[in-house]
Amino acid sequence: MITVSQLSKRYGYRLALRGVSLRVRRGEMVALLGPNGAGKSTLLRILAGLAQPSAGRVEVAGCQLPKQAAAARAQLGYLGHQPLVYEDLTADQNLEFFARLYRLPAAAARIDELLELVGLHQRRSERVRGYSRGMLQRLALARALLHRPRVLLLDEPHSALDLQTADALDDVLRAQARAGATILIASHDLDRVGGLAQRAVLLADGRSAAALPKAKLGRGLPGHYQQALERAGG
Amino acid sequence: MASYFAAVWAIMRKDLAAEWRSRQMVTAMLVFVVLVIFIFAFTLDIDMLTRRQIAAGVLWTTFAFAGILGLNRTLATEGERGSLDGLLLAPVERSAIYFGKTLANLFFMLVVEIFTLPLYALFYNMSLAQPGLWLVLLLGSWCFCSVGTLLAAMAAQARSRELLLPVLLLPMALPVLVASVRASSAFVNGLGMEYASASLNILVVYGLIMPALGFMFFDFIVEE
Repeated sequence: MITVSQLSKRYGYRLALRGVSLRVRRGEMVALLGPNGAGKSTLLRILAGLAQPSAGRVEVAGCQLPKQAAAARAQLGYLGHQPLVYEDLTADQNLEFFARLYRLPAAAARIDELLELVGLHQRRSERVRGYSRGMLQRLALARALLHRPRVLLLDEPHSALDLQTADALDDVLRAQARAGATILIASHDLDRVGGLAQRAVLLADGRSAAALPKAKLGRGLPGHYQQALERAGG
Repeated sequence: MASYFAAVWAIMRKDLAAEWRSRQMVTAMLVFVVLVIFIFAFTLDIDMLTRRQIAAGVLWTTFAFAGILGLNRTLATEGERGSLDGLLLAPVERSAIYFGKTLANLFFMLVVEIFTLPLYALFYNMSLAQPGLWLVLLLGSWCFCSVGTLLAAMAAQARSRELLLPVLLLPMALPVLVASVRASSAFVNGLGMEYASASLNILVVYGLIMPALGFMFFDFIVEE
């Protein structure tokens, strides 16, 4: 479902990604770990079609990027560092707008369902400008899930979420994976992704530094992560 | 094709709804235009005939700068919470984003023109009962917004976008401004279509070429 082969990304003289290779199968949830500046967000932006690779091959949901980016966009949900919503609109208006762009049938019911899920149904008619950071993150999550994407690319999805919403998000992601969605999560929250992902990939200095299988996740992940990082020289 | 127009309509509607809720951009444009009208009216010590002769120039200079205020804002709001990325992630043709935003900008500019023209008529001894003048306003504003939206998208990615947009836009929009001033002047001074036709032709051609360029190149402009 996601195949990345020898991917490199250059920003001027700086190489943000150096020959990264990765494969995530259908229904699999993989954590993308690494220190700040390791290239996690750049990799997710390339997979979302928001940035162009400098070299290498990228395939998302059976679509070759950047050639078939338009077809890939319809099938992927992306949650970035920014909420990607409009502050002068309400939560309702934001989701209605994106539902129109995705030509979503029965949009009203889907919007109700998502606002209920992220706990914003009571404040759905308020302007987003007045939302807290956590509420914005919840709305961004609803926007990313709106069109029932087959591939989910999540960059620090748990940041700014309270414990209850973070747990609800985990349940949603597990349900999405069971339904066949492919999920790639970049995170620093090792405890949480350790209990969520089926395996982890460590990026260090723009390279795939290590692969951590299921056995090394869970409560032991922080230790394994540190060891892998030390081996990678991070 | 229907989905293309639906996307253009959705983006335009979203911009109108956001502006309706905030009322920041159109208010700023209106205040700017009214202030300029009063400043010119009270500082130019000239007779009514001369006033009418320079009216078209004053009109378009003011609308151009008010338009820049609006254009700067329209793509800046997309950058504030990364919402341009949200648009770029949607499975719509990127040129639909360009046309949706151009039409929204045109709407804002026309609203400002409609509300402020009576003041111009009052201070510059102009008659508004001239369909030709309204045609020039529509064509000139369309041309200005079509090139302005394209350049605003370019400038939006720069750090000093508020400074960059006028520097890029005014030279590119010079043919539009010159043709609009000449055509408007012909109608304001009662010279009619005969004197305005050459300028109107320039506006029609420009108004076709710029959207065509936007259709072809907007994708590359918004790409990282």
